[in-house]
Amino acid sequence: MNDLSSPQLQIEGVSKVFGSEGTEVVALKDINLSITAGEFVCLLGPSGCGKSTLLNAIAGFSLPTCGRIVANGAEVAVPGPDRAMVFQEYALFPWMTVAANISFGLEIKKIPKAEIVEKVQTLLEKLQLREFSDRFPKDLSGGMRQRVAIARALALDSPILLMDEPFGALDALTRRSLQEELLRIWMEFKKTIVFVTHSIEESIYLADRIVVMTFRPGTIKQVVPIDLSRPRDVASNCFITIQKQLSQMVMEEQMRFQKDEVEHLRA
Amino acid sequence: MTDKKSRLKNGMAIFKRTLHGSIVPVVLLIAWEALTRSGFINPQILPAPSQVLLKWIAYLKPLEPYDPANMSYLAWLFSGELPHDALASIIRVVGGFAIGAGLALPLGLLMGGSARFYQLMNPLVQLLRPIPPIAYIPLAILWFGLGNPPAFFLISLGAFFPVLMNTISGVRTVDEIYIRAARNLGARGATLFLRIILPAATPHILTGLRVGIGVAFIVVIVAEMIAVNNGLGFRILEAREFMWSDKIIAGMITIGLLGLAIDTGMDRINRYLLRWHRGMDQ
Ligand SMILES: Nc1ncnc2c1ncn2[C@@H]1O[C@H](COP(=O)(O)OP(=O)(O)OP(=O)(O)O)[C@@H](O)[C@H]1O
Ligand SMILES: [Mg+2]
Repeated sequence: MNDLSSPQLQIEGVSKVFGSEGTEVVALKDINLSITAGEFVCLLGPSGCGKSTLLNAIAGFSLPTCGRIVANGAEVAVPGPDRAMVFQEYALFPWMTVAANISFGLEIKKIPKAEIVEKVQTLLEKLQLREFSDRFPKDLSGGMRQRVAIARALALDSPILLMDEPFGALDALTRRSLQEELLRIWMEFKKTIVFVTHSIEESIYLADRIVVMTFRPGTIKQVVPIDLSRPRDVASNCFITIQKQLSQMVMEEQMRFQKDEVEHLRA
Repeated sequence: MTDKKSRLKNGMAIFKRTLHGSIVPVVLLIAWEALTRSGFINPQILPAPSQVLLKWIAYLKPLEPYDPANMSYLAWLFSGELPHDALASIIRVVGGFAIGAGLALPLGLLMGGSARFYQLMNPLVQLLRPIPPIAYIPLAILWFGLGNPPAFFLISLGAFFPVLMNTISGVRTVDEIYIRAARNLGARGATLFLRIILPAATPHILTGLRVGIGVAFIVVIVAEMIAVNNGLGFRILEAREFMWSDKIIAGMITIGLLGLAIDTGMDRINRYLLRWHRGMDQ
């Protein structure tokens, strides 16, 4: 599956229109993007530019109005465990313990019990959750919950990992440590990651390529490759230069977003 | 050491709270006792609390002296009128509730889970729901005669709708995010329903069950006043015919205690089943 010649994830002419005639919102317009195996791609843009819409289309939750998405060699039609998702709101099952949350996807795959136990143990270790294995999500901090969500997604062994602002609700320190952990996991498991964020710094810290999106209609404004070696120094000159350049781009879209809001209020 | 200390402190706090909470009832009881004793109130209309208590004990006590040849000690201990009445009422509540909830739960799950089935059934449900179970009494007697069958019918009817409505809304209001996450993990069909939708709906369902058993308990008293000749409802109506106001009140107190016990039991079950729920700790 990790055939380098063909992309792991291919987005071809994808558009998405919400609402009915008269009140249409063009959330995505003619998106073309090709992501190779093992790549870390960030989708960056202001609120409402269609980042989640694109991610949900890849995940198979809501299909594009036109165009198609090919993931792991098959056209996306339904959600599936070959495109594991980590949500901003954690989306852990509150009635399941940490261990049960992680093993749920494995049970569905009908994996032998002994194997599940072993795998869950490994993931608990890896994400430093061992002491929490019998706790319910309500007893965990935001950072811990997101660790569980990542472990749950990793359990599926899916080649693609989709993440929708997974660290958006966390404080700066927790966020940084989870970013580092994610990079470690990404390198160890050789995942293809599509990571949505509206933090410029986060995207430069993580990504191989940053896809900057425009606001209404949501299109790709520019694709910015980040060639800095890891671990990246957020205070280095190169980092800051890229940050300035991206700020400029995102700001333009942000202004359009604000203008749109104001017009909306006037109307 | 500290454990002992904190336990002592905790005990003191509970003691204080209990003391605080009993002020109003104690004052009321004293006033009531004083008013009836002093002749202000006709004891035929409202007997003194002490008299009610005596009656309650008499009602509770076995009717005959203990005779080992006749029955075991335990059986004798519960051979009084009150234990019999209470047991009869409990059996009716539990039985009727089991029937009503047992029908409402699967129906509610189906209606909540399938939009088409919901559209099919909802108009009928909305039409029948506002009819109080009491209004079915004439029909119940016509259909089932007297005795336990109409009582079970009315009680299950009382439990049915609260359980149904809450189950439907519980299933329908399951947060979309859980369903998405589960589908992303590969869950479909029965697995999705049983392991995600059902547990996510349990807080609502349990609320329905709790309301349902409360209504069942109300209906049992009414049903016993009409269709049967034992049980707590029957007993207080019988006592009225003899103008035994003390016995009426003793019966009412028993009903209150039983209701409290049922509700406490439900609360315990709730707490256990919802131990994962955010609003459930303190
Ligand atoms: N179900 C929907 N029905 C109608 N419009 C929608 C729907 N979902 C999204 N939209 C619209 O599509 C646009 C893109 O939304 P989307 O959620 O993808 O933005 P986003 O980039 O993820 O923003 P944020 O950073 O706030 O999460 C928005 O203008 C939004 O109002
Ligand atoms: Mg979003």
